Formats: sequence, structure tokens, C-alpha cells
Amino acid sequence: MTTSPLITLSKVGKQYPKLTALNLIDMQLNQGEVLGLFGHNGAGKTTMMKLILGVISPSHGEVNVMGVAPDTKAAWHMREQIGYLPENVSFYEHLTGLEVLTYFARLKGFYPKAAKQHAIELLEQVGVAHAMKKPVKTFSKGMRQRLGLAQAFIGKPKLLLLDEPTVGLDPIATADFYQTVDQLKSQGTSVILCSHVLPGVEQHIDRAMILSSGNMLAIGTLAELRQQANLPIKITPHGLNGTLRHDAHLLKYLSNDESDSILKVPEQDKVAMLRYLLTFESICDIDIDKANLEQVYQYYLQQNKNVGNDKKLSAGA
Amino acid sequence: MNQILAVAGKEFFDGLRNRWLISITLIFAVLSIGLTYFGAVASGEVGVTSLSTTIASLASLAVFLIPLIALLLSYDSFVGEQESGTLLLLLTYPLSKTQLLLGKFIGQGGIIALATLLGFGASALILYLQVNDVEVLRLFSTFIASAVLLGLSFTAIAYVISLAVNEKSKAAGIALLIWFFFALVFDLALLALLVGVEQGVSQQGLTQIMMFSPSDIFRLVNLAGLDSSDVNGALAIAIKSSLTQGQLFLVLITWVMLPLIGANFIFMKKTL
Ligand SMILES: Nc1ncnc2c1ncn2[C@@H]1O[C@H](COP(=O)(O)OP(=O)(O)O)[C@@H](O)[C@H]1O
Ligand SMILES: [Mg+2]
Repeated sequence: MTTSPLITLSKVGKQYPKLTALNLIDMQLNQGEVLGLFGHNGAGKTTMMKLILGVISPSHGEVNVMGVAPDTKAAWHMREQIGYLPENVSFYEHLTGLEVLTYFARLKGFYPKAAKQHAIELLEQVGVAHAMKKPVKTFSKGMRQRLGLAQAFIGKPKLLLLDEPTVGLDPIATADFYQTVDQLKSQGTSVILCSHVLPGVEQHIDRAMILSSGNMLAIGTLAELRQQANLPIKITPHGLNGTLRHDAHLLKYLSNDESDSILKVPEQDKVAMLRYLLTFESICDIDIDKANLEQVYQYYLQQNKNVGNDKKLSAGA
Repeated sequence: MNQILAVAGKEFFDGLRNRWLISITLIFAVLSIGLTYFGAVASGEVGVTSLSTTIASLASLAVFLIPLIALLLSYDSFVGEQESGTLLLLLTYPLSKTQLLLGKFIGQGGIIALATLLGFGASALILYLQVNDVEVLRLFSTFIASAVLLGLSFTAIAYVISLAVNEKSKAAGIALLIWFFFALVFDLALLALLVGVEQGVSQQGLTQIMMFSPSDIFRLVNLAGLDSSDVNGALAIAIKSSLTQGQLFLVLITWVMLPLIGANFIFMKKTL
């Protein structure tokens, strides 16, 4: 087992003639780790994947994937171990699903017979085996997306880069997809997936990176991000009714809104608060809500905006 | 190697599937059998004299058709995949740009080559069975070989276009212009040069200028061996040039290689 990270980005930047698509990105990804990449459209998510794939070269800094710079000739063998799902791809419409996948399997180095066999297995895995003899032009959006995923899974890659993998998938297919991610992760596959759809992702990623206009706003496990953001935990006690607003200690955590009976408690006070609440005879239930990925994401974006405004203000002064 | 074959195989079967191979073959066969037959009827007898007329008219037809077909077949080969996103995906595979280019060239070139061979070969065979003269086979094999090279040359030129632009519609427009240039403009310019510049262009000079057009080289290859009575225009003068058929073939092969190398160069520089 190697201990060195699978991917290392150090101070990586990508400059286009008219804009900076990425700026000073530092990141490491270990084997078997799942990283979620989040940001609005144009944040630089796809650019980062292209840099890791080596289809574009960084303007600054260094990209290292499995020990090589991916945009060099030395990256040849690394490519056999990477699966990629591009964000907008429409496969050869006139070919059948099976033909498309067999073709890509051959390009990954499989010989004809093995390629077809592997393609069938993958189509079964993603659930489009029933339509594999039909031309891709008859596929629905969801089926196309699954075909794309099957393509990325060819040859059991060590590293998967999935650009908006759940776009066009219905909820069940999305759940299937994340189950597959969990399974691959348990087999030691590293995954980077980027998305602007946040709900449902957080249980399946180890760490998250938040990008905005090419800048990395935050990176870390969800717990770390939550802690850094210092977002309070929402605790809703049931059965206390009026007592809530008469208790001086609890009142501190209550928002001013009269109808509101939610306590906003900092992470470190959580256990103490629970203990305190349990001393009430009348308490019958407690709901605990940690800040979810969406709230954390919003927090960092808002934070970034504020910093930006401050800069503008001080520049103007 | 496996990868090049995979790409070549896909492109070739694409050509089979969307009926390119069969249509081109049919067009060539109908035209050449028609010309051969009517050529013979018109001259009253079937023989070697009418054979040169046949080859001459076949060549002047092929010089319009083959470049057009090759450009049509291949102009969107790269830009089409770029638009649908598969080109980006292919570049993340363990497949070099040169391998992809070669694979496509072998596959689509194979379609053009096979169609040319089958289409024109059919009429060669029919004619041979009729007159039983090996001269038929000799002239036709020269014709078919040079027609294949002409097709491959324009396939490679189509790749240059397909890689140089980022929109399919633009590639189509440029391909049409390129065809028009080599089919008509170049020769008109040559004629203008002949007529306009008094004593200006020698026979040698004219032949040299013709080397800049694969279409003209193709004409030269095929008309050089014929009675000059069947040939007219600027070509008639150039035919008596000093270049042998072998040399002409070499220049034609260069016209396949150079655009291919150029396409590879553009591909290397291209970012998606
Ligand atoms: N080839 C290119 N030339 C110029 N600008 C580009 C190019 N590719 C991407 N960009 C720009 O870089 C920024 C980041 O793009 P991208 O990485 O695709 O964002 P995301 O995937 O997060 O939506 C965008 O503003 C985009 O317009
Ligand atoms: Mg994107």
C-alpha cells in the first residue's frame, strides 16, 4: 500500500486570456477517499478535473497524479487507471449502448472479446442492460447518464472523476449511483465528484471542497467545515412549551422570534445542553439538526461575499 | 496498436452503417460503367482508342467527385466529436492524438479506398472481359491507384479543416471552399496565367505550379499515358513534361502525407 497521496495539487492556477479559472489551489486526495467539489456554474470545477486529467496544463503550480504530471507523456499508464464522466457528452447516437461501451473498453486496452464481455457487465451494473442493443439516440437522459457512468467505470479505475454525475437521474437512480460510489470507495477507489446539487451528497463524501470564481473557499471533512464555520446545532425540545422562554439559560439560545422554539447551540455546548434539557420532567422528545452541507456551503459563499465587499469598501475609502 | 485498430474499425463500420461505402461504390460503378459503355458505343467500336477516351472522361469526372466525397465523409470527423464532447473524453483515454488521427485515417480512408476500388474496378473488369486486352487492366490500375491517393489526400485535408475550427458548420463551409478551389479556381487561375502572361510560363513552370494541386497531379498521372488528342486545355501542354508517372505518384503520396502531418501538428496544439 502506498502512503503518498494519489493526487497532489500545489498552488495550482489556470489562467485563460480573459479570466482566472482557478487560483492557488492546494489539495490532496488519498486512496479510497471521496472528495466532493462544490461551486456555482463557472466556479472552476470542470477546469480542475481537466487539470487532473491532463487535457489542459496549469498556468501556475504543479499537478501530480499517481506520481506523474498528467499533461506529460509519462502519464500514459496513469490514464488506464482513471475513469472520467464529462459533464456534457452525447455518445455516438447511431451506435447501440453496447457498441459504444465496447469501443471505449477497447480504447482502454481491452481486446475485442474481453471488451464486449466487460461492457455487458458494466451495462448490467448501471441498469441499462435491457436497452444495450438499442441505438443511443433512443435513450432517455437518465439512460445516457448511466451509460456515461458505465464508461467511467471501465477497467476498474483507481481514480474516478465524475462531473455532475447525478444530473438527469431520477431519485432512485441517484440513490443507486451513490450506493455504487460507496461500494467503489470500499474497494479502494478514489472519487472526485462535482455537483451543484447538494442534498443527498453529504453521507457519501469524505471531504468537501468549496470553490467560488476559481478560489478555494474551504476544504475539509464536513465536521471540520462545520466547526470552522461555527454554525450552531439546532435543537428542538418537545414538551417544554412555555418553560422555554422563562428559563434564563435557555433564553440565551433562543432566537427573538416568539413563535420559534428552536435552540441554536454551538457545537461545543451540545452535550451540556442536552444534559440540561433532560433535567426537565416534561420533556418528551428532542430533535437535533446539524448544519447540513447546503448551509455550510451557503455560509462560506456568504463569508466570501462579505470579504469581497470589505475589500471593495476599503479600496474605495 | 490495439487502440488504432479499434478507432479504425469504428470509423470503417460507421462508413458501412450509414451507407457511405455502398453509395460511393454505386456512384463510382454506375458512372464508370456508363462512361465505359457509352464511350464504346459512341466510338463505334470497342478498342484501345476508345479506352483512352474512357479513362480521360473518367478522370475528369473523378477529379470533381472524389475530393467532394472525401471532404463530405471526413470534414466533421474531429469537430463533430468535439461538439458532442467525445473528443475530450477520448483524450483522457490511454490513446495519443496521433493514434486517434491515424485510426480515423485508416478507417475513413479505407472506406474511400475500398469504394474506389470496387466501383471503378467493376467497370475495369467488365471492359476487360469484353476486349480481353491487358492494356485495360494496366490503365485502370493506374487510374484506381491514383484515385485512391486523391481520395486519401482530401481525407487528410478534411482533417486539417476539422481540427482547425471549433464549429461543425464552419468546417462544412471551409470544406466546400477548398473543394471549389481545387476543382475550378486553381485551373482557371492556371489558364489565366497561360493566356495572360506572354512567354511568361514555360512548360516546366506550368508543371511545377500544377504540383500544388492534388487534383491536377491526378489528372496528369492519368492523362500522361493517353493520346493527347483526348486531352485539352492547360493540361495538354503540361503533359509533355519531364515528370515520369512514378514521380507524379510520389508527389501525390506527398499530398497525402503533408496534410496528415499538418493535421497532427494542429491536433497537438489544440486544447479543448
Ligand atoms: N477554454 C476556455 N477558454 C476560456 N475560458 C474558459 C475555458 N474553459 C473554461 N473557461 C472559463 O473558466 C471558468 C470556469 O469554468 P468551469 O471550470 O467549466 O466551471 P464549472 O465547471 O465550475 O461550472 C468559467 O468562467 C469558464 O467560462
Ligand atoms: Mg462544469
